[in-house]
Amino acid sequence: MSWVPEPTLNSYLILSAVLFAIGTAGVFLRRNLITILLSIEVMLNAVNLTFVAVDRYLNAVDGQIIVFFVMTVAAAEAATGLAIVIALFRHRETLNPDAFTTLKW
Amino acid sequence: MPAFITPELIAHLVIIVAVFFALQISAAVLVYMERKVAAFVQQRYGPYLVGPRGLLQPLADILKLIMKEELRPKAADTILFYIAPVLSATAAFAAFSVVPFGADADFSTLARITGITWLTGWTGLSQPIHLAAADVDVGVLVIFAITSMGVYGVVLAGWASNSKYSLLGGLRSSAQMISYELAYGMSFAAVILMANSLSIREIVDQQQGYWFGFIPKWYGIFPQFFAFLIFMIAGVAETNRAPFDFPEAEQELVAGYHTEYSSMSFALFFLAEYINMVTVSAVATDLFLGGWHGPFLPVYLGWIWFFVKVFLILFFYIWMRWTLPRYRYDQLMEFGWKWLLPAAVVNLLVTAGLVIYFHIGA
Amino acid sequence: MHALLFWILAALAIIASVLVVGQRNPMYSVLLLIASFGALSGLYVILGSPFVATIQIIIYAGAIMVLFLFVVMLLNVPTEDPATGYHARLLGGAGPRRFGAVLSILLAIELGWAVTTKVQPTMFPSGEARAQMTVYDIGLKLFRDYSFAFEATSVLILVAMVGAIILARRERS
Repeated sequence: MSWVPEPTLNSYLILSAVLFAIGTAGVFLRRNLITILLSIEVMLNAVNLTFVAVDRYLNAVDGQIIVFFVMTVAAAEAATGLAIVIALFRHRETLNPDAFTTLKW
Repeated sequence: MPAFITPELIAHLVIIVAVFFALQISAAVLVYMERKVAAFVQQRYGPYLVGPRGLLQPLADILKLIMKEELRPKAADTILFYIAPVLSATAAFAAFSVVPFGADADFSTLARITGITWLTGWTGLSQPIHLAAADVDVGVLVIFAITSMGVYGVVLAGWASNSKYSLLGGLRSSAQMISYELAYGMSFAAVILMANSLSIREIVDQQQGYWFGFIPKWYGIFPQFFAFLIFMIAGVAETNRAPFDFPEAEQELVAGYHTEYSSMSFALFFLAEYINMVTVSAVATDLFLGGWHGPFLPVYLGWIWFFVKVFLILFFYIWMRWTLPRYRYDQLMEFGWKWLLPAAVVNLLVTAGLVIYFHIGA
Repeated sequence: MHALLFWILAALAIIASVLVVGQRNPMYSVLLLIASFGALSGLYVILGSPFVATIQIIIYAGAIMVLFLFVVMLLNVPTEDPATGYHARLLGGAGPRRFGAVLSILLAIELGWAVTTKVQPTMFPSGEARAQMTVYDIGLKLFRDYSFAFEATSVLILVAMVGAIILARRERS
């Protein structure tokens, strides 16, 4: 299969940049709190991919350890974020972030 | 033949196909075994009409399931309704793929006995290969990962059926599965500590030999006896069987998350449950009962001992189902979180302390 | 073989992520995100980190996504609410959405350029130059050099657990 170009470090970095941009687009454009949280997870995964790719390039294990911590922090943040979403839903019966505008001028 | 089709590749493919079919046949055998053992526990005959001593009963069951009409509730979510049993069955099969069931084999004896040597002059592989569908270095973690994925089949089935009993059953069942996964993982973390490796093959190889000449050095007998108990209890709860099968109890919840399923989708759930049982038994055999090591037989026939031990654990599973009454759901969750998980953590701590004190491993 | 697998998994990850962001039904978004995690896990295996690949499945796809799934089923909001109100039309209409999509493509191009300027497109070290990273090395480094971060993370998870339970509790009324 020599007609398939071999992936270099740049391929992985570009892939992770594209995934990060997709996640950012989701956070800004979606009007549903749960989908916004899911897009944040997409962004965190893109960053994890960067860490592991550079780790392989530099022959170290520090990147994999940092990925371990990023996953744990993502778990903590997802749990807390979802608890907040549940608490908000009980007040307004909607998941649209435009309904929570009481702090705006 | 192209250069990449080597005898090793063919042997690997044969092993993968053999494992796949062996799992399906074992599910059929389990259907028969369950009904017969249940019958003997309840002092009656089991199936005896279909075939000699009822041995063709699983065939009749499968034919019946195939011929039934495939129903789907109108308000059910079509894609999720059909994906859920597929997810369950796929996770069940995939979890068994990293379980080794025999020592390294080079098939020379098999080739001699079946006449392949006489036909083609092939005398076995040049290098022995591992007897597992996929032998990876982090095998224990892979099993844990795929067992976590098995939760999705259940929860999606409960949701997609769009009916009260299914949703309740699905939620309860998946909550039970994720709660008992913790004790499951902690109990084999203790084994990993003792064996100093994540690869199941190395854990099994550490269990060969005997103390005092006749007590086998299995982890389930002496060092990790409590871990073995915790693992078996958590395994039974993971597969939604025996005293922990509240979410699919007929008397309480109609049939839980597979109420609305019929014909082949139901058959897939059924299959997934039995294959999960086989996987838990196989992992327990490898981690705690010494895998394929046993007296009297030569090493390359060790897979026979493996089958015997898995069969014994499966018999124990079925025996437990028809002997013990069912736990109520809150009793079940309380047991999992308040008793089993702390016991597994204490076991892990004590094991860690003893491993450091006696310098076991590296 | 690895090269072909990389392109397939990369395409799968991108398509799944785009569908996650573009799907109306949050239940399907969660399932597509699990597919994306699976693709990324495959990429980690190609990069030679089976440990990170398996803990990605165990933690992300096996625990965090089950949490999301439970919340989606609990709240039972089937599709996204249509935009209402002045602010909603300002930010959520069709025009601003297309503009947002164009901006995110620009972001992707800019990020891609930013991360690849300093690195020459060299191959990964292969063969003997690539040291064999085992779980043993990861564990050694984790519990020696990063032990403080490890302990702090465990406190963080405890705080998050307690916080989530308190936040999601029903008010006594």
